[in-house]
Amino acid sequence: MANLLGWIDDRFPLSKMWNEHLAEYYAPKNFNFWYFFGSLALLVLVIQIVTGIFLTMHYKPDGELAFASVEYIMRDVPYGWLIRYIHSTGATAFFIVVYLHMFRGLMYGSYKKPRELIWLFGMFIYLALMAEAFMGYLLPWGQMSYWGAQVIISLFSAIPVIGDDLTLWIRGDFVISDATLNRFFALHVIALPFVIVFLVIAHILALHEVGSNNPDGVEIKKNKDSNGIPLDGIPFHPYYSVKDIVGVVVFLFFFSVVLFYFPDGGGYFLEHANFIASDPLKTPEHIAPVWYFTPFYAILRAVPDKLMGVGAMGAAIVVLFFLPWIDRCKVKSIRYRSAIYKVNLVVFAITFVVLGWLAMQPVTGTITIMSQLFTFLYFAFFVVLYITSKNENTKPVPDRVTS
Amino acid sequence: MSTDAVNEGKRRFLVTSTSVVGAIGAGFVAVPFVASWMPSERAKNAGAPVEADISRLEEGRMVTYEWQSKPVWIVRRSEKTLADLEKNADKLRDPGSDNVDQQPEYAKNAVRSIKPEILVLVGICTHLGCSPTFRPDIAPADLGEDWLGGFFCPCHSSKFDMAGRVYQGVPAPTNLAVPPHYYVSDNTILIGEDGEAA
Repeated sequence: MANLLGWIDDRFPLSKMWNEHLAEYYAPKNFNFWYFFGSLALLVLVIQIVTGIFLTMHYKPDGELAFASVEYIMRDVPYGWLIRYIHSTGATAFFIVVYLHMFRGLMYGSYKKPRELIWLFGMFIYLALMAEAFMGYLLPWGQMSYWGAQVIISLFSAIPVIGDDLTLWIRGDFVISDATLNRFFALHVIALPFVIVFLVIAHILALHEVGSNNPDGVEIKKNKDSNGIPLDGIPFHPYYSVKDIVGVVVFLFFFSVVLFYFPDGGGYFLEHANFIASDPLKTPEHIAPVWYFTPFYAILRAVPDKLMGVGAMGAAIVVLFFLPWIDRCKVKSIRYRSAIYKVNLVVFAITFVVLGWLAMQPVTGTITIMSQLFTFLYFAFFVVLYITSKNENTKPVPDRVTS
Repeated sequence: MSTDAVNEGKRRFLVTSTSVVGAIGAGFVAVPFVASWMPSERAKNAGAPVEADISRLEEGRMVTYEWQSKPVWIVRRSEKTLADLEKNADKLRDPGSDNVDQQPEYAKNAVRSIKPEILVLVGICTHLGCSPTFRPDIAPADLGEDWLGGFFCPCHSSKFDMAGRVYQGVPAPTNLAVPPHYYVSDNTILIGEDGEAA
């Protein structure tokens, strides 16, 4: 074996890569619960790619056949139901894991210097993931697929001058049709997965270049032993690789509960209207996006003007990209930051969840006013952060990690 | 092997010009790929006009026809409905149908139709493309006491009156579109063509 490895290492940097990224990648020793979600996101990506490949073997991206082929997968293909439900549950799991992963970044200032690029790559992954999920949701060709896509593609028509031509170009037809379905299939199974995998590699390479942040927000590279190894660092493999396996087991436990007992998530993961074949003449009574888009959808609905509404929704996502520069506080971790920041972040997290809930409710006067209030709070987080973070009343940060 | 000094200026010029020409070439190569997303000839040719028979359409009722895969509504309005159209004019964004994109010339009038009682509309909300719901009932609980009948979009609560004109304070920017159409006979409408008169 040693000879074989030597033979390979002479021709390909196998051991070098293994050491750089696993066996000799020193991660802070004080990772907590919140640090499971990065590796879990990677796991879900693999699950989605594998189940996705098998689904394409039975699915037909054709306006006449698509809906029936999904039913065929569910009823006739051996274990087709299982593969499809893993894929649909995986989509929800992906967003849960990613949202928690991003929240971790907010808590411990993981987007701050020198990790701005990690955050940017991560935001692009999030953007690509939203596109991937949206295009995937069209494929079952049910009522929600159709009208959800109609609404989202029409968002682009709000852009002045080029809007109408742009929507025509995206759809490839004057309405959502076979042409749209076929290209969304291509983007969903080939183009975007490539983009996501590429971005994930960039995300991890950038992380391993500067090293991981931790719950104390202390740079472990500042305190090294005589061998140049961070005193508060432990090799990722085997310490964190094994620890992450525990996270995987717990995650798969919850994943399986949903998969086997609530695969449609009570209508939130797979919406009821999507079990009816698409009908271009009739919009479902109550149309709402899948849960992971709802916070932004609530912002869209809150503004009673087409261009402004779409603009506000876009801004809600774009503003996240600028977080490393909006937050001007030098202290990273919430542990040593001011009460203002703690309150601000808690309000922001609650706002995000409430916005998500609001978008699922049928429109009434009260719901609209609440949506407007919480849209204001969403943006207020960034404004307050920008103003207060410059001269924040922080606690002293320790030299070494604390636990 | 040359020992002459490197001509930096010449080298920079060559690198720059090669890059620029290469980038322009890549731009040209992108054209067919981008253009392939536009509607195909087959898609452009689809969407033939549709004939609608309104002889059995009762007053206050609506029928839906499919034209270019879009719903087209035909409503027979009552005298009262037509009279009510004026009442809310000050609450509308475009009561005079001045946006020329939203109706053919022959439907740019107070009732937005050729025959006053027969309303023909594309049933797609001008906000984000949902198909609004026909709500002819007067003052229902959910739409308020001022509601004189019209169309309500369940997606983002845009409101339109019984001539498809959009109310103020809702996300939809423009009135519902009136498709090109003409009367082949008293009770037959051809949706999708203007007719020789227009």
